[in-house]
This record gives sequence, structure tokens and C-alpha cells, in this order.
Amino acid sequence: MAVDEPTAIERLISGIIPENPVYRQLLGMCPTLAVTAAMKPAMTMVAATAFVLICANLITSLIRQLLKPHLRIVVFTLTIATFVTVADRFLAAYAYPMSKELGPYVPLIIVNCMIISRCEVCASKQGVGVALADAFGVSLGFMLALASVATVREILGMGSWFGLTVLPDGFPRWGLMVMPPGAFLTLGLLLALVTWFAHRRSERRTAQRERIG
Amino acid sequence: MELLGNLLLIAIGAALINNFVLTYFVGICPFLGVSRRLDTAFGMGCAVTFVISVAALISWTMTEFVLRPGALVPGWILNLGARDTGAAEVDLSILSYIVYIFVIAASVQFVEMYVRKFYPALYKSFGVFLPLITTNCAILFACLEIMKHVNAREWGLVESMVLAIFGGVGFTIAIVLMAGIREELELADVPVAFRGAAITLVVAGILALAFMGFTGVGANIQKALTGETTASPADIRVESSGESAP
Repeated sequence: MAVDEPTAIERLISGIIPENPVYRQLLGMCPTLAVTAAMKPAMTMVAATAFVLICANLITSLIRQLLKPHLRIVVFTLTIATFVTVADRFLAAYAYPMSKELGPYVPLIIVNCMIISRCEVCASKQGVGVALADAFGVSLGFMLALASVATVREILGMGSWFGLTVLPDGFPRWGLMVMPPGAFLTLGLLLALVTWFAHRRSERRTAQRERIG
Repeated sequence: MELLGNLLLIAIGAALINNFVLTYFVGICPFLGVSRRLDTAFGMGCAVTFVISVAALISWTMTEFVLRPGALVPGWILNLGARDTGAAEVDLSILSYIVYIFVIAASVQFVEMYVRKFYPALYKSFGVFLPLITTNCAILFACLEIMKHVNAREWGLVESMVLAIFGGVGFTIAIVLMAGIREELELADVPVAFRGAAITLVVAGILALAFMGFTGVGANIQKALTGETTASPADIRVESSGESAP
């Protein structure tokens, strides 16, 4: 193994904010837009995705010595599809209304680029411990992203958070926020906010460096 | 006539009212990634439409004959072994996701080889996004919709293919509109924070708002169609009573 591969702790931390899957790498946009009309479906989605990501990273890391370069993507996809089937059947058995509400978006975890990219970038090259830490970090980052979008949309659109009423009755509900355009607008504005923060920080850092130099 | 009306409803529903990209949020990756130039966007739309059609054809066949509960082939194979258990029903639908993703990956491979051989320039401009059609949610989404309706014994091959093709057309419409807007955006002075994906998402939000104008078109078409079909039984009754009178 190469010496300069990131360690487990580095992987765990970089997945949360510095390389946040949604805001920094623009991966996994479909679920971020589709299931974030309220917190409950968003968090169920995060749980299902995290389960699939952790299992897929674990299996990929275990079989990384056997992978052939030209077949690896197919192996990743089939591994992911297997675990997605498990998650889908589990949800249908124990949380049927939620499974109905999420509809096709649970099976669509199979084509979530985020998971394949983690298998490719990390799990197919590094050991089990690092792959698991990476999966946890990226899942936390994904949760952060979905929670931020869902919080804005649910509070503004329905005046509630996790089903609990937050805003007073007099405050008008923005019906648009729970509809498709609201998803695009919210994510676009939040993305601009994150980019603005990152930009300001890097500017400040270069200014500091110039002052020292 | 009823079949044609149904097909019209499915087609308009998939392409405009419930546009794959702007209502169901599937196929966002190429929508953000390949919508920088008009010709590339159109090529991408055509490639996706083609892959959706191929994948839908194969996955409908698999669903109808192998995967759905009580399908023909597994029951037939099972009955070869045990002659007494006549009506053995097999449900292989647990395998459907794996089968679909396999079918999609194979069709994308096929399209990639074809485009590389016959349209090298287009192949170069797609870059990494061509193999990424495999992970385009739009295609798996179409397969899942078809599975849902085939399992409920509502749709045949024709309905499934209409959904797939017009879903692809809807994707093409959305990505071409987006590319047209983004070519103009190149000339605008966009704030630094919004450059790239953020402004694209905001524009997509406005496009989605515009597409919400199609809501209710389906219901109106249905009303017009059923208006005709409720009229025809009445005509038949009048005719039959006219016949029975003399």
C-alpha cells in the first residue's frame, strides 16, 4: 500500500465537512432533492443509504485483492444492489408507510454515485478499518446535507420540524417549499452559502500568508 | 381508442407533467454536468433516450416472463421437476433490482462501444459522463415504474415502451432547455458564490416552477377522453333499443 494514503481518522473527518459528498463533491443529488420535503423521510433515507454504504465498503474492502480492474464497477454495483434489496425489504416489512412514501427512491440508492465513488476511491484500495471509518464519515456528511435541506424545507413549507409544530399559526406556510421547485431553490441557495464560506476562508488564508511573507 | 388515449396520457405525463428531471429529480448528475453546451446536451439526451428504450424493452421482458409473481418461465421450470404440484407460483421479484442494474450496465456498454466507433467527436465531448449513464437514475427509475405497473397487471409492452421513450424525451427537453439558458449565463456576471452548480440549481428551480404549469393537463385530457367514452355506451344503448323495438 502507498505510504501517503489517508489514515482512518483523516478519512472519517474529511467525509463530514471538507469533502462533504453533497456540498463539495456534488454526489448523491437525487435523494438530496427528492426526499427532503420533511425530516422524517430524509432521515429514513439517510439510514438506508448509510447501511448500504457501510456494508458495500466493508465487502469491497474485504475482496479488494480479488478485484479485476475492468470488472470492478460491475462488482461494486452488484454488491450495492444486493444490500439495497435487503434495505428495501426491511423497510417494507417494518416501516411500510415510510417505504410507500419513499417509493422508488429506496431502490434508486443503487445508482447513488456517492456509494460507488467511495468503493472506488477508498474501499478498493485500503483496509477494512479505514473503509469503515470512511463509510461512517461520508454517511455523517450525507446526513448533515440532507438534514440542512430538509430543515429549511419543512420549517418554511409546513411550519414543523420532525412533525412538531415550530412556527406560530399566523406565519404563512410556503407551499412552494415542499414542491419540486422548492427543492432546487433551497439546495441552490445552501450550496451558494457553503461556497461563499469556503471562498471567504481561502481568501483570508491567502491574505494571512501574504502578511507573514 | 381507449388504448390510444391511455398511451397519450402516459406520454404527456412522462414528458411534461411529471418530467423525470424537474419533478422526480432523477438524472440530476448529467443535468448539472453535461448541460454546458447545447449540442453536447442534445447528444446526451439522445443517448439517454436510446439507453432507456433498450433497457425498458429488456427489463419489461424479464419482468413479464421471469420476475413477476406467478411468471411463466420459473413456474414452467419448477413444474418440470415436480409433476404433481401443478400450480406452483414462484415470486422472483426479490431479484429484480439486481437484474435491472445488470441489464442497464450491459446496454450502456453497448451504446458506449457504438458511439466510440461511429461518433468519435461526440464520444470525446461526453468524457466520463457516457459510462456514468449506468448510474443515471432516470433509467433505473423507468425500469422501476414499469415493474410496478407490470406487477399490478396494468401495462403491456406498448405502454412500457411509451413511458420509457417519452421519459427520455422529457429528459432531453429539460437538459436542452437548461443548456440554452446556461449558454446565455456564460455572458452574465454571476456572483462568485453562485458560479457553477449553485446558479444551475436555482435556474432548475425556476424551470421546475414553469413546468408546474402543466399540472392538471392530464386530468383535463382524461376528462375529454372519458367524455367521449361515456358518450359511446349511451349511443350503443339507443341503437340496441332501436333494434329491439320493432
